[in-house]
Amino acid sequence: MGMTMTQKILAAHAGLDRVKAGQLIMVNIDLVLGNDVTTPVAIQEFSKIGKAKVFDKEKVAIVPDHFTPNKDIKAAQQCKLIREFALDQEIEHYFEVGEMGIEHALIPEQGLVVPGDVVIGADSHTCTYGALGAFSTGVGSTDMACAMAAGQCWFRVPGAIKFVLNGKPGKWVSGKDIILHIIGKIGVDGALYRSMEFDGDGLKYLSMDSRFTMANMVIEAGAKNGIFPVDEQIIAYVKNHSNKEFTVFKSDKDAEYEEIYNINLNEIRPTVAFPHLPENTRTIDEVGSVALDQVVIGSCTNGRIEDLRVAAGILKGKKVHKGLRVIVFPATQKIYLKALREGLIEALVEAGAVVSTPTCGPCLGGHMGILAKGEKALATTNRNFVGRMGHPESEVYLASPAVAAASALTGRITNPEDIVEEGVGNASKR
Amino acid sequence: MQVKGNVFKYGDNVDTDVIIPARYLNTSDAAVLAEHCMEDIDINFTDRVKKGDIIVAGKNFGCGSSREHAPLAIKTAGISVVIASTFARIFYRNAINIGLPILECPEAVADIDDGDQVEVDFTAGRITNITKGRTYQAQPFPEFMQALISAGGLVNYLSKQ
Ligand code: SF4
Repeated sequence: MGMTMTQKILAAHAGLDRVKAGQLIMVNIDLVLGNDVTTPVAIQEFSKIGKAKVFDKEKVAIVPDHFTPNKDIKAAQQCKLIREFALDQEIEHYFEVGEMGIEHALIPEQGLVVPGDVVIGADSHTCTYGALGAFSTGVGSTDMACAMAAGQCWFRVPGAIKFVLNGKPGKWVSGKDIILHIIGKIGVDGALYRSMEFDGDGLKYLSMDSRFTMANMVIEAGAKNGIFPVDEQIIAYVKNHSNKEFTVFKSDKDAEYEEIYNINLNEIRPTVAFPHLPENTRTIDEVGSVALDQVVIGSCTNGRIEDLRVAAGILKGKKVHKGLRVIVFPATQKIYLKALREGLIEALVEAGAVVSTPTCGPCLGGHMGILAKGEKALATTNRNFVGRMGHPESEVYLASPAVAAASALTGRITNPEDIVEEGVGNASKR
Repeated sequence: MQVKGNVFKYGDNVDTDVIIPARYLNTSDAAVLAEHCMEDIDINFTDRVKKGDIIVAGKNFGCGSSREHAPLAIKTAGISVVIASTFARIFYRNAINIGLPILECPEAVADIDDGDQVEVDFTAGRITNITKGRTYQAQPFPEFMQALISAGGLVNYLSKQ
């Protein structure tokens, strides 16, 4: 029996020729990541271990992104703690406000992950880098501490589910719709403990930004990691962003898959997840009338340049619905600057959206756009759990940037096809 | 190793956002986190919970964010063990790493009601429902995990080695 690419990457990092699903192994880590919420706890634990220095100061990345720019005194204390640790440990990849961005957009952009790497991060969406053909997964602060000390982490080798994507997606269908569709199909624990491997002819229609979105959300199906086969697009991206050498691992033809799903991309419709689970999906044709108080465009899921281009493209020259709050947060400083130069920020602000500095902010109900009791938000983020964006009795609907921008014009969840065809919200027609 | 307590029963997919909402994550002080444990799913939890009490829940317990603050809040609130049908994988790891006992046992979950008095024997993997007079069998804790839990977590365990 062959191995999946995930199993091969893990085997290579454990110094083994072969591994099989269920096996417990100790794995060498190429990058250990933490943020301003999880790193303070990891530092506490690290100091208990009693090692003076981290195993490799170039293989640790610390990104204060959740409550930065510091939202209050407590957050400021937490950030001070990790800043001092980073300085003291001479951590190469510590990103201060001004250099930073949301970790999962920043790390690939900085070229810190390449195909074949093993990355762990004390943040559940560390799975994002599977889009680059790396093994990456979320862990807790204790794991981060132990990995910072020893450069290793224990894993149970995961089995796998394969998703064969064929056909070409429609104009308004992006990676977000595809992954929401899949989570709707298999459920929030549908891939528990396992790898989600994407494959098929349809991949060639999916941009890197769409793939990052998909890999980002595999955790919402309970998966250990998500992974894409390394193709020309990935290689081009990596060469553009990194000088690191990399190894391409391919799944064996006879690799074992616990399940295989065949998905026709041209049948997927723009998709929305209703409160309070990402699996509560409906196609845009089934949403009915949902009036909104807020629209949020951004996050590690959909705050990349392509997402901003789509949103600005729909909003340009129009006005957001009166009374609706539209908040856009580009995921990194580079993306922000690019959007500025391309005139996207101007289009968004002129339409009546606010644009925030890169931060996790509203995505986790941290700051910069908290919901009051009974309020409804449509967000391009990845989670719509109870209280995720604020009051426990508020509601979050998840969708793509195209649906978010279309909804920003009407104040209710809206199909982008309708906007463009009917010209709803067009300032010149009013 | 045995524990006994009253049960707080919850459904499927209890996520880390309701176990400890992100609005409290600007601190990593376990005592403060424990004061807000389960707040968004059960506002009375912290008033009612007593040392030794037990959480019983459905599938995918602890899904969502990787915050170790979640098992830490539960442990510090006094919960002695969480019994669920299944656990989300990061929560599972974190619970073991910080020394919060957890058991997977769908049969116990199906039968135990909120408020039942339950006793758990980790060495034997036996769950006894004192209120209903029934027992259920889960996988016993491997020795390594028992040692880890009595040490108070992975780091303490490693530093004692
Ligand atoms: S943007 Fe949201 S999901 Fe992404 S890392 Fe930040 S809080 Fe987590």
